Amino acid sequence: MTGFVSLSRAMALGLLRDRAAVFFTLVFPLMFLLLFGALFKDTSANAVKIVQVGSVAVFDELPDVERERLRPVLEIERTSGSKAALEQALEKVRTGEVDGVVYQRETGSRGSADAAGSGAAAGAGGQVELRVSAADPAKAGSVRSIVSSIVQEVNLRATGQPPRYTLGTDRVEDKSVQAIQFLTPGLLGWAVAMGAVFGTAYNLVSWRKKRILRRLWLAPVGAGSVVGARIGVNLALALAQTAIFLAVATLPYYGLQLSGDWWLCVPLILSATLAFMSIGLVVGAWAKTEEAANGLAQLIVLPMAFLSGSFFPLDSAPEWVQTISRFLPLRHLADALQGVLSRGESWATALPVIGGMLLFGAVLTLVARSMFRWDTA
Amino acid sequence: MDQTPAIMAEGLRKRYGDVAAVDGVSLEVGRGEFYGILGPNGAGKTTTMEMLEGLRRPDEGAARLLGEPSWPRDPRLLRRIGVQLQASAFFEKLTAREQIRTFGALYGVPAEAADAMLAKVGLTEKAGVRDDQLSGGQAQRLSIACALVHDPELVFLDEPTTGLDPQARRNLWDLLRTINAEGRTVVLTTHYMDEAQQLCDRVAVMDHGRVLRVGAPAALIEELGVESLEDVFLALTGREYRG
Repeated sequence: MTGFVSLSRAMALGLLRDRAAVFFTLVFPLMFLLLFGALFKDTSANAVKIVQVGSVAVFDELPDVERERLRPVLEIERTSGSKAALEQALEKVRTGEVDGVVYQRETGSRGSADAAGSGAAAGAGGQVELRVSAADPAKAGSVRSIVSSIVQEVNLRATGQPPRYTLGTDRVEDKSVQAIQFLTPGLLGWAVAMGAVFGTAYNLVSWRKKRILRRLWLAPVGAGSVVGARIGVNLALALAQTAIFLAVATLPYYGLQLSGDWWLCVPLILSATLAFMSIGLVVGAWAKTEEAANGLAQLIVLPMAFLSGSFFPLDSAPEWVQTISRFLPLRHLADALQGVLSRGESWATALPVIGGMLLFGAVLTLVARSMFRWDTA
Repeated sequence: MDQTPAIMAEGLRKRYGDVAAVDGVSLEVGRGEFYGILGPNGAGKTTTMEMLEGLRRPDEGAARLLGEPSWPRDPRLLRRIGVQLQASAFFEKLTAREQIRTFGALYGVPAEAADAMLAKVGLTEKAGVRDDQLSGGQAQRLSIACALVHDPELVFLDEPTTGLDPQARRNLWDLLRTINAEGRTVVLTTHYMDEAQQLCDRVAVMDHGRVLRVGAPAALIEELGVESLEDVFLALTGREYRG
């Protein structure tokens, strides 16, 4: 028992004092979370940007309440009504700088436009012209529908009649994936994979080269204590990574909402750590030098992270990428983490993944065992 | 005290592919003896040591340490022997004190006893220094201290003075003499014949996986009619370069 405790302590100190290891397993992935989290924070609310050339009655007369409601989805830039300004605005649509241009055909009375705030009282109608780019049909569609709904609303108000039908909308509590809900499990999985693969591979090679493995063989300490200490340290590291990631992601600024059985991320992370450690064991058993171990670990972890969608979603990736990713433990970890952390999923999601991780780990550990060498020679 | 020999090895053989690294080595080392295993590079010293220690299983033959077989691994026997493999066999990023306490804990030795061993090899002042910041001599003394921390009866040292300056070597010799004078059996390998001549009660000169001659340094010098143990060594193993 004292052997286990002292080895755990020695390994933990060795890890904590290794600045490069701390940086790459804790700080570096966290930097990605901080950065990506901030970058993609507002992309879900992708506002539509249009230029309003000259005065356009329906826009100018929008009540403030309505204007406030539209702010997240519609951004209006005003220019003068000159011909040059219209040309310039259309050019902006062509270059994709803005999503649309609105202007009013000179048919109605100009007087109404000057009567700011007169609202529905404005009697005169007019032709509102909208120009959108053909490059992005989805964007063009949303511009068209937003502008059209504004025009229809003003029309309705002009009739003075109460609306016969109203549309009730509300947001469904978000099961669609927001950036942070996707980034947290992906980057956390990547961080855990790095810590476990690199740590295990490096440790194995270094201890073999320094002959510490031999030295331990000649001490009255069981293999279980040595292996157990290493696993314990790696599991503790993975839990620390998880705690830090969740603490950051749930900050109000990033806004990750944890759902019901989010704590299932703990057994998921622990079992995945074992699976990743087994990859590290194979790497460490194969590599003769620390440099080779680092290189091979990088060669495995980085493509695995990309193919598992740690950095960006795989929804639009080609079929073959999706197929490959189904064989990668990191993919399953990221999916299951996303499920239990923010989609309210539970044991039904977690259990098969935990089982798969343990099986994966057991198989690779056997492979590593067959490759194991005491000496570099 | 138990009078079974500290080491009793018979007909040790080890082959690596077609090469016979050790080709029938028999040794007997008495209790309290200071014993040197000498030989040029590739003579089979290290493999012999490893089979004696129980690190490697002999293809043929067997070794008994303190009356117990060294293969298969026997934790009870391991508590009675101390092995220094290399001065670099330390845990990463730990200080001298942490290193020796960690090794001590593997044998159930309390921290105070580990610190006392550190003092004995003169490293108390360096207790807070990490292994990679120690000088060559200090690292060697620390690795010997780590081998001795559990007060073993039999100690194996693998080239303990390689790479040290003359002052550090002499300093270490004093330490090794002290260890031996306390009644421990010491077995060491070395390339330095002056060292073996100074320290060892008996030496075994090896080459090509065999023991060529065993005896007290003075007796071998006399037998071959030469000046020093180095002359004995060259007379037995030849002068050609081994690389």
